[in-house]
Formats: sequence, C-alpha cells, structure tokens
Amino acid sequence: MLNKLLNIFVACFLMHALSLNAQEAQPMQNNAAVEEQVQRLSTQLRCLVCQNQTLADSHAALAQDLVQEVREMATKGMSDQEIIDYLVARYGDFVRYRPPLKSSTVLLWLGPFALLVVGGFGLFLQLRRRQAMAADAPLTEEETRKVRELLNK
Amino acid sequence: MIPEIGHFSLILALLVALTLGSLPIIGAARGNVVWMGLARPLARAQFLLIAFAFLCLAYAFAAKDYSVLYVASNSNSKLPIQFRIAAVWGGHEGSLLLWALILSVWTVAVSAFSKHLPDDMRARILGVMGLISVGFLLFMLMVSNPFDRLIPAALDGRDLNPLLQDPGMIFHPPMLYMGYVGFSVAFAFAIAALLGGQLDAAWARWSRPWTTLAWVFLTVGIMAGSNWAYYELGWGGWWFWDAVENASFMPWLVGTALIHSLAVTEKRGSFKAWTVLLAICAFSLSLLGTFLVRSGVLTSVHAFATDPRRGVFILAFLVIVIGGSLALFAWRAPTVGRGGKFDVVSRESFLLANNVLLAVAAMSVLLGTLYPLFLDALNYGKISVGPPYFDAVFAPLMTPALFLMGIGPIASWKNASLPELAMRLRWAFGVSVVTAIILPLWLGNLTPMIGLGLFLAFWIIATTVNMVRHRLRGADQSLTSRVKAVPRAWWGMVIAHLGIAVFTIGVTIVKGFESETAIRMMPGDVAHLAGFDFTFKGVKEVQGPNYTANRGELLVSKNGVERTILNTEKRLYTVTNMPMTEAGISPAVIHDLYASLGEPLSDGAWSVRIYHKPMVEWIWVGCLMMGLGGLLALSDRRYRMKKRNKNSNGAELGQEEVAI
Repeated sequence: MLNKLLNIFVACFLMHALSLNAQEAQPMQNNAAVEEQVQRLSTQLRCLVCQNQTLADSHAALAQDLVQEVREMATKGMSDQEIIDYLVARYGDFVRYRPPLKSSTVLLWLGPFALLVVGGFGLFLQLRRRQAMAADAPLTEEETRKVRELLNK
Repeated sequence: MIPEIGHFSLILALLVALTLGSLPIIGAARGNVVWMGLARPLARAQFLLIAFAFLCLAYAFAAKDYSVLYVASNSNSKLPIQFRIAAVWGGHEGSLLLWALILSVWTVAVSAFSKHLPDDMRARILGVMGLISVGFLLFMLMVSNPFDRLIPAALDGRDLNPLLQDPGMIFHPPMLYMGYVGFSVAFAFAIAALLGGQLDAAWARWSRPWTTLAWVFLTVGIMAGSNWAYYELGWGGWWFWDAVENASFMPWLVGTALIHSLAVTEKRGSFKAWTVLLAICAFSLSLLGTFLVRSGVLTSVHAFATDPRRGVFILAFLVIVIGGSLALFAWRAPTVGRGGKFDVVSRESFLLANNVLLAVAAMSVLLGTLYPLFLDALNYGKISVGPPYFDAVFAPLMTPALFLMGIGPIASWKNASLPELAMRLRWAFGVSVVTAIILPLWLGNLTPMIGLGLFLAFWIIATTVNMVRHRLRGADQSLTSRVKAVPRAWWGMVIAHLGIAVFTIGVTIVKGFESETAIRMMPGDVAHLAGFDFTFKGVKEVQGPNYTANRGELLVSKNGVERTILNTEKRLYTVTNMPMTEAGISPAVIHDLYASLGEPLSDGAWSVRIYHKPMVEWIWVGCLMMGLGGLLALSDRRYRMKKRNKNSNGAELGQEEVAI
C-alpha cells in the first residue's frame, strides 16, 4: 500500500519536473550545412505554381516538394551549380530568378550598362557644351519686371 | 437601381470630360475667354459625377448587392464592413474607378488652387487632365464596367482575396494612386507649357509643389505597400522586385529626378527641355504601370492574348498619350531656351549626373520587368527576372548616385571648386569611411556590401551635418532664429536626404545581419535565435468573421527575463478556402522579432519559423522621413497663397535664391 502511494508520488513528481524543464525545440532538419545550402538555393529558385515567389517564401505544397528535392540533392553532396543545372534541365530557365547569360538574354544583361554608357556620353556632351557657352546676357529691365510680375501673380 | 444611376453618372462624367478636354484648349488657342472659363466649372462637375458613381459602387458593396457582377466577385456577406468598402478597389474595374476618381480630385484641386495662373495656361492644364480622364472613363464604359449586372444574382459573393483583407488595403492603394495619378498634374503642366510655348522659371515654380505632393504620396504609398508585404506574406521580405512593385517604383525614380530637375529649372532656368521630358516620362510610366498591373499581361502573356480587349485598349491609349506627348515634345522642345552656362564642377552638373543615374535606373527596371514578357511573347522561352538580377544592376547605379547626393547640395551653383569641396568634405569622408569599417567589425560581420552600404549612409549623414552647420554659422542671433531664417524647403531637403541615409542603413543592416530558424515545436519547447529564447505555448483555435484560425503563442525572453509575446496565426478563409499566415511581430528600433506558424506535424508539434530582423523598421522610417521632407518643402512660405503686398516681395525673392 505504502509502496503504491510512493510510486504514485514519484510518478507525479517526475511528471511535474518534466513539465518544468522545457525541452529544446528540434530543428526541422538536422544537417546544418545542407540546410544552409538549401536556404541559399531556395531564395534563388522560383515556386513554379505561385504568382511570383521564391521557394523560400512560398507555402505552397508544390514548392515544399521542390525544396525537399533540393534537400535530397544537397544531402547527396551536389554543388549549387549541379543542383541548379538539374532543375533547369527539368523545369527550364523559368525556375531560376537569376536569368542565365545566353543569346536571348544578352540584351537583358548588357542593357543597363549600355544605357549607362549612353547616359554618361550624353552627360559628357551636355557638360562640354555648357562649359563652352558664352556667359549669360543679363536680363533686361523689361524682362526682370515681367518675371517679378509673373511670379507674384 | 442605384448601380444604374452610378453607371449613368459615369456616362455623364465622360461627356463632361470630353467637353473639358476640348473647349478650353481650343479656347486657349483662339483667345476665347468664355471657352477658357468653362474649364473650372467643368472640372468641378466631373469630380461630382465621378464621386457620385464611386459612392454608388460603395453602396452596392455595403448593401451586399450580389446582382452586380463586380460586387459578387469581390465581396462576401461575412466580410467585415471596412473590407467591404475597401473591396471597391479590390479588383480590376473598381481600381480603375478609383483611378478616375483620384484624377478628378487632382483636377478639381488644380482648378481651385490656380487662380494665380494665366487664364490660357489654366485652361490648357485642366483640358489636358480632362483628356486623360476621357481615356479612363471610355475604358471603363467600354470594356471594364464596374456596374455590370449579374443575372440571375448570386446568392453570396465569392469574397475578396484574403491577401487583401488587411488594414493595408484601406490605405495603400489610395495613397499609391494619389502618387501615380498626381504625376498627371506635372504632365498636364508640361503639355500646357509646350502647347502655349511658355516654359520658364514661373512655369517651373507653379508645377513644383504639385509634383512634390504627388511624389510624397507615391513615396508613402510604396512604403505602406512594402510594410504590408512584410507582415502579410509571412516570410519577412519587404521588397521583391515583383513587376507590380516595379510598376510603382519606376515612376518614383523618374519623379525623384523630376523634382530635382524642376528645382534647377526654377532657380537657374536650365534643364527646361529635360524637365519637360521627365514630366512626360513620369506620367507615362504611371500609365504603363497601370497597364502592366491591370491588363493581365503579367499573369500570362497568353491569357492576355485570349482576351485582348482590355489590353489592346490600354495599349492604344498608351501609344496615343506617350507617342502624342513625345511628338509634341520633339516639335516644340527646340524652341525652348537652353538656360545658362555652368561648369563641370557645379551644383547643376551634380544634379544632372544624378538625374541621368536615376533615369538609367528607371529604364533598367523597365527592361528587367518587360524582358520576360517580350521573350515569352516572341516564343523564346520563359525566364524569370528576379532579385538577383535587379540587385546586381541596381547597386552599381545607386552607389555613385548616393555619393553625389552628399556633394550636390554643398557645391555652389554654376561654378564650384573641386579642391575647396575636397577640403570642406575631407572630415565627412574620413568619418564615414572609419565608421563604415568599425561598426560592422564591432557587430561581427564586415563584407564589402555592408561596408559600402554603411559608408554611403554615413557619407550622406556627415555631409548633411556639414551643410547644416555651415548654413547656421554666425553668432549674432540665437540658434532658433537662425534655424527659422532658413527656408522650410531647405529643411525639407535635409530631412528627405537624411531619410535616404536612414533607409540605406536599414537595408544594409537587415541584409547583412538577419537570421532565421525553422524548427518543430511541441508546446513547452524552447527555440533560440539571436540571444532570445522563444517558448512555444501551444496553439488555440480562433474563430474570425470569415475565417477559422490556429493561433500559436510564443513567449520571448532573454536571460530569463520575459520580453514579449508573439501571436502568429494560420488562417483558413472559408469562402475561398485559402490559407493565410498572420505573422507575429514585435517591432523595435534595434530589431524586429518575427514569427510565423507553419504546418501541424505529427503528435501535436507545429513547424514554426522565427526571424531576427535587425533595424528593418529603419527602412520604412526612412521613407516616412522622405515624405515628411516633401511636406515640409510644400509648407514653404513661397507656396502659401496669401496676398502679399508688393513691398515684401523683393525681400522674399532675395531669400529664396539660397534655397534649392
């Protein structure tokens, strides 16, 4: 009888102690190095069924599946480039947010720098012309009066 | 009946807009005072009619009239009233009505605050705005009528997209549209000036406050959208370079260039043609943004091709507006004077260089946004252009722009001396370099990008401090009177520029130092991130008005001291059957703690994501500072409409010379 009571007491104490001692939350995945690679890749890959979201940001089931696929490849020790190549072969360039440099995207990648060169050249011409300009003719009295009048209307 | 009255009101508004877009402009060309005088009453009538139509639609939403197709598609009887009203602009047709309403608001505002303008100028401006209104009203009445009936009526509505059921929906779209559409005023001023041949400092002065106000709205609107995405999408991102975001960002970039270029035109009489071109571009990009977002071309080029009526209409409208105004520009711009001479080293040239950088940045965003659409349309395959591309393109363009931003306001007009500037700014340069190296080292992560970002931010702050000290020199008066002696427009610039610095710090720090963890949590489990302990208290079921939710509670503590509680929900909206995540966020100056509840796992555990976002709030505070700077500039006394006597004018003119 006493034994039984003691048993119950010990059991209660143990349970209480357990509930006091908080447990460490387990990471969703155990391999930290693999997870880092998965994280890095999933911010550059597109969720194929969403409007416009990366795999990392998407809660869609298909995106989660694709992340799992990436994780399996990463666990096998494949490099970033190998994984991306594999996914591009399967899903096309659409899957990657960094478009590849190829003949159809040359304009995309070079465009901004071409624009900058054109803009810089225009700026250069403009500055040279402005510097070469003759000094301003001062406003005539009539013009000054007009400016005042217009500004104070 | 009410929807039909609204429909009829829109038809009347179209007739009024047609009159507004024709008679006053013809009157201005012929010198007919009566026709010119029609502009103001017509602008008012147009506003009343469109506002009435808008109220009719809002009434249909509030009264749950599901015999209106648009209401049935975007609302539901269980939707709370504030979202039923916001749902007026939750879909395609209604947001166009909001567009038209806001255009009529701007038109009526211009008509009310333009008494000081010459009659012909005012008539042309209001006329041009009327023509834009014609385009949008025609569009609505022909292919996109919000008042179309659904017969037989639906029993209940299909509900508003759950993503949009948020207070952000009430403020963000109207603010953004106020900005977008506000550039129509700058556009109308530019076209009116081209038509009338009057492009001078007075013209720049008149259109400047309108442009600044539109820019303030756009800045705050974009900021509100970014903040909304941050807490609503559940992954803690604040900008994604999504096409819809880009559509608002391009007019912002060009608008920023425009307000600076206008300053030069007003103060120095230079850059006139360039200013006009920017005004045309800013509004064209706003229209293009509307086209991108509203034609369905973004979801799929092919969906657009199967129902091309809307897209073709907007495309034709774009071609007429942009092509027409550029043709007018090409025809009239050569007659515009060139303005004065200035040196390679001068405030003009720094401003011009930054204008070029901003324009190139806007064009690059345009290229990246449209490129995948064109490739797809031409059958070259589908590609995605996302953050890696835009980040790679944007950083090299913004680095020199931010650097020049520090020098521009300090350099003198016309002719500045480089050695003198270097002498004056050597301390600012040294301090920002040193801080940009020491601070990241102290925080434990120095990368080239972090160093560069912080250097630019501190550079702007240091040069601004230098400039303010310089400006407030002299001891003959008290500091307060010296502060007051400086025009408010100048303080506006100081605050807006500091806003850019604050924004840059936020972006740099959050990108360089954020951390996150994905864990499985049983009730009572503890997770650790960035020195904080997150104890999972379990999940409760919660019943919302039109959703059911699981609410997870996380107790946050540090070194055993309780700090805050994060409540994060996983909602299921019952009508649309769409899951949504409500993040639990504890915002603070130093960092945000951000948690979002994932999926239930086996044996009562849940997947949870926790993010530590240092200084992320600075991003939005920086944007608010830019907006505040704009407002301060608007409150400058030279824009106040008081009647002044002639004697005070001279003194005021003299003072303004020093303000940009």
